[in-house]
Amino acid sequence: MSRRKTERLLSLVVCLLSTRRALTAAQIREAVPGYPDSFEAFKRMFERDKEELRELGIPLETDSSTGGDEEAGYRIKREAYELPEITLEPDEAAVLGLAARVWRRAELAGAAAGALLKLRAAGIDTEDTTQAGIEPRVHTGEAAFGPLWEAVRDGRPVSFAYRAAGRSGPQQRRLEPWGVVNRHGRWYVAGHDTDRDAGRVFRLSRIEGTVSFSGPPGSVIVPDGTDVRELVRDWDRTPPANRGARLRVRAGTGYGLRRGALAQRPDGDGWDDVQVSFHEVERFADYLASFGPDVVAVEPPDLREAVISRLKGVPQ
Amino acid sequence: MTTSGAQTGTQRLQRLLALVPYVVSRNVVSLAETATAFGVTERELVDDLNMLWCVELRAPDPYCPIDLSYEGGEIVVSEAESIGRPLRLAVDEASALLVALRMLAEMALAGSEALSRTIAKLEAAAGDAAAVSTQVQVQVDKGHADDILGQVRDAVGLRRRIHLRYYVPGRDEATERDVDPMRLLVVEGRSYLEGWCRRAEGVRLFRLDRVLDMEVLDVAAEVPPEAEPVDVDQGLFRPSEQDVSVVLELRPGAHWVAEYYPCEKVERDGEALRVTLRTPDTRWVRRLALRLGEDGRVIAPAELATQVGDDAAAALVLYAT
Repeated sequence: MSRRKTERLLSLVVCLLSTRRALTAAQIREAVPGYPDSFEAFKRMFERDKEELRELGIPLETDSSTGGDEEAGYRIKREAYELPEITLEPDEAAVLGLAARVWRRAELAGAAAGALLKLRAAGIDTEDTTQAGIEPRVHTGEAAFGPLWEAVRDGRPVSFAYRAAGRSGPQQRRLEPWGVVNRHGRWYVAGHDTDRDAGRVFRLSRIEGTVSFSGPPGSVIVPDGTDVRELVRDWDRTPPANRGARLRVRAGTGYGLRRGALAQRPDGDGWDDVQVSFHEVERFADYLASFGPDVVAVEPPDLREAVISRLKGVPQ
Repeated sequence: MTTSGAQTGTQRLQRLLALVPYVVSRNVVSLAETATAFGVTERELVDDLNMLWCVELRAPDPYCPIDLSYEGGEIVVSEAESIGRPLRLAVDEASALLVALRMLAEMALAGSEALSRTIAKLEAAAGDAAAVSTQVQVQVDKGHADDILGQVRDAVGLRRRIHLRYYVPGRDEATERDVDPMRLLVVEGRSYLEGWCRRAEGVRLFRLDRVLDMEVLDVAAEVPPEAEPVDVDQGLFRPSEQDVSVVLELRPGAHWVAEYYPCEKVERDGEALRVTLRTPDTRWVRRLALRLGEDGRVIAPAELATQVGDDAAAALVLYAT
């Protein structure tokens, strides 16, 4: 943006904020310096300027009812423009400073910095140094985060190629997004899957290529009472351990197993007998195999067989 | 804050609109302090102030709506006209702060009372712009005992030494050590104690969900000056030159490995993936390879492949009896 354009937009904002009555385009052209002489060129430039101000979040109103003639009037209402009064106690300003650091280097870093700028302009002193010794960060390494956040914010449907677990090729999916959730460091999007006509959760790291908007803003309705976090939690839930197993664990090893053990006792010859519970044979067998010759699955038989088959599969 | 050279015109306009209320709300403020607050040089700031002062409206009657001075390095705005208050928060802006504040509240990373007061005030000030923020949620792993995080937070604040019993899954060991705490990090969905490990004589990160037991000692922490804090914005685990390069071949059943661990290189070879990763300690890779069974194969280093094969053979002998 050129210096002249910045000056023009600044004057335009001041002008439209100062006026009590909506101004016509012609009146604006007279008041604000920097517009070209040709009316056509002015109209084009003014259209772009209006767009830029709206993108900045400036509530520029178009009033087409001015005086009964067909020419539209423009103004910015003070009450719609101004940040309401806000004052923060020192401890509140400190946590706000800490919060603003969370997105540093992530997708919403610019937004957090912009918010701080406005709050400082409202008279709040947020210290950038914050409380010593705590560094909270959220990363948005997934390329899909930006467009999906915009889609959620603006209520727009999206489509994207998705590589589901266990499938080799990606599939095109259409989604009305309800929210994005970071769970244990990974981003998910929850929403209404248009093709399957049901609620679905997708992991952002499995989205391939670009996310495209497939409908206008405001066309996604989030059902009342939707808890996006609950949806993602359900999708990601580890089922409860409901089967028992007996293991032989070499003394002094298997801390990870022993932490969740139901019972353990020495079993002679440098081995302990350890009882644990698990949910699913295949996954638990993977885990037991990782201990190599330090853990032996004694029972149940299906678990024992699964571990043996894992170990036999290891390339020699 | 972005450097001034990278400022776009849009950012400059936002700054110009914030500048007048910033001064007005403080009555008088120095050039130096203001420049720091806005992340610009004093020269750029003076240029901004001149631009504001030069704003002129020509109709119906010509006038200059903004009057200010910065004589002697002190800025005073005597006429702010219509831009005496900052612009409302945009949805992105309100959401960025509210989502972060709610995450801090859930983690009890700061005083819960101060956090809920701040959230309420910010929601009120943001108005409608706050609504969407509940559709973005950040939930951090809470695998640790409830009091661990609080104890670590206190020890960091009080600069007291911690005795840790810590589980190292890669080696399947419980270790004991004294740590002089530096910071509490919450990164990539997990909480860590960053500290000077007196046993390793180096800066180490300890995942709180792997702390078996801890005690805050009645000893002042002594973090040596050479202790370099981890750059959390560059990722916590960056490979170093001394690390061993490990190559794994993964069948479809083990493709999750490429997603789960930070890999240096991922190549597709038909159905299989060939991944390269760097690690200072290959013991966890040995355990990973055993877990993968026929779905994974260690290609390099060759000794590691041999070890994995030997481990599996030794385990099978135990099942044969």
